[in-house]
Amino acid sequence: MKNNKIKKSKLSNFKNKLDFWATNSEEGGWNISSTDEGSQKMLENENEKQIKIQTGTEVVDDFVIDEDTSDDERMIVNMGPQHPSTHGVLRLQAELEGEVVRRVKPIIGYLHTGMEKTGEELNYFQGPTNTTRMDYLSPLFNELVFSLTTEKLIGIEVPKRAETIRILMTELNRVSSHLVALATGGMDIGALSMMIFGFRERELILNFFEKTTGLRMNHNYIRPGGVAADLPDGWQKDVEEILKIIPEKLKDYDDMLLDNPIWKGRLQNVGILTTEECFAYGVTGPSLRASGYSWDLRKSQPYSGIENYEFDVPILTEGDVFARWRVKVLEIFESLKIIEQAMNNMPKGPYKVQDKKITPPPRKRLDESMEALIHHFKIYTEGFKVPEGDAYVAVESPRGELGCYIVSDGSAKPYRMHVRGPSFCNLQALPVIMTDSPIADAVAAIASLDPVIGDVDR
Amino acid sequence: MNPEIISTTTEEYKELIESLKKDGFEMMVDLTVVDWFRKKEPRFEIVVQFLSTSKNSRKTVKVFVNDEDLTIPSITEIYPSANFYEREAYDMFGIVFEDHPDLTRILMPDDWEGHPLRKNYGSGRIPVQFKNAPKVD
Repeated sequence: MKNNKIKKSKLSNFKNKLDFWATNSEEGGWNISSTDEGSQKMLENENEKQIKIQTGTEVVDDFVIDEDTSDDERMIVNMGPQHPSTHGVLRLQAELEGEVVRRVKPIIGYLHTGMEKTGEELNYFQGPTNTTRMDYLSPLFNELVFSLTTEKLIGIEVPKRAETIRILMTELNRVSSHLVALATGGMDIGALSMMIFGFRERELILNFFEKTTGLRMNHNYIRPGGVAADLPDGWQKDVEEILKIIPEKLKDYDDMLLDNPIWKGRLQNVGILTTEECFAYGVTGPSLRASGYSWDLRKSQPYSGIENYEFDVPILTEGDVFARWRVKVLEIFESLKIIEQAMNNMPKGPYKVQDKKITPPPRKRLDESMEALIHHFKIYTEGFKVPEGDAYVAVESPRGELGCYIVSDGSAKPYRMHVRGPSFCNLQALPVIMTDSPIADAVAAIASLDPVIGDVDR
Repeated sequence: MNPEIISTTTEEYKELIESLKKDGFEMMVDLTVVDWFRKKEPRFEIVVQFLSTSKNSRKTVKVFVNDEDLTIPSITEIYPSANFYEREAYDMFGIVFEDHPDLTRILMPDDWEGHPLRKNYGSGRIPVQFKNAPKVD
């Protein structure tokens, strides 16, 4: 009887306070009875600083509409999180004055899955399975940056063949990622055939990925110490087909869009980002190059032996949405050059580092060798230990600088794993682009920044 | 490329950042926090990555925050790109950035209690399916 009473009182306590507590936790939980409606809300009246950050500091915009309107015409509208042109679950709150956007605040977190926390609980061997799910359009870059950071902490170098396979696969990934950016960007502006075209050509590359890694997305192919598997038989044939078909199709896109008056009218002189604004808001990648600044980590801080390849970095000076679209098209051509060189110069040899502490032994060795069995068991249960220290490594992902910061405490799991997603940083420039321009250009502006919400929220 | 590592204190932190900006480090690329729970005193270490595109170099600034107030000056005035990163650090670790224009939670819901990336925050399960389900230990 007594027990029952205690139980009841416990439950009633529970109902009023935090409904759900994270178990085995000293702190934390979430009161589910209140919703997150209106969280991070843009307010009618905010102080000067808040307004400054929502309009972007020192905006020098091309397109300023100054009409005399009364305060009654100002209203705050909500866009998203479920909206086809926000590329995922991005929510925007915008203060409109007639058709003109005066303030805008991106609200994120709808896809937050705590991947950095998860990363602290997986060992280095399992790590790429987690990071690959961040930026789901360029998963191989996430695996690459995690592997490079781990290798830097251990201090090993991967074999030449592994490096070349990494370059080949990531550059193919860049092509497929840019094709999606072109496709969805076209769709947002109304060029619906562009969407079909982009996804059709991406299919070619995804089929090759499926053949090589077993999956179309979230490959877990690039791992610390090399790559998971060698390239399949006859891979040259597939890559040659990709190299043949994609330039032809890109020409089709140009025929359709490059001199198209509607396309130009919608994109040219819209959403200009200057180089200074890019620096201030940490915008990297194609958006920075479209503003006339030559900066590519593949050239300036090369990784994985990419300094041995010949390619150009396309630069455009306009800095508008059209330039950002064009830079992506030109980058596909450059990536195809790298892919061709990687294919022709593929070295022979092992595709994993020959260190038994890091690379698990091949399956057939387990029946023959006791040591192989021990190494296999050790790696799959504990993982390998990484010396104490911290490292930050950055690579040039299709969206900009993708960095990974790992702190190791000498155990088999990272003490802290942080990924610097380019989309997260680039999204901060959205208020700068959108402020004082018509609401119709907002969609074009979002599409040109090409944010991937998995990378923003992690 | 190995970034040069600079350790500093919370008092000198802002001045150092200003001098970095003058030195030609145009971009603040990353700001994150490491929780040295029961390993180091003070507990929270802030790690900021800077990039200079003109000199092609990187610098890392590391600063420990006092345990009592967990406060550090905000650098959003110098580098506007710190805005989201500081909000993320506030959300995930509870670090307070002084003079930040809009220091609210960014990834978690506004009424979330606790700071998920702290080491004493369990990554446990949240029983979402059953409303008012008893607490599982």
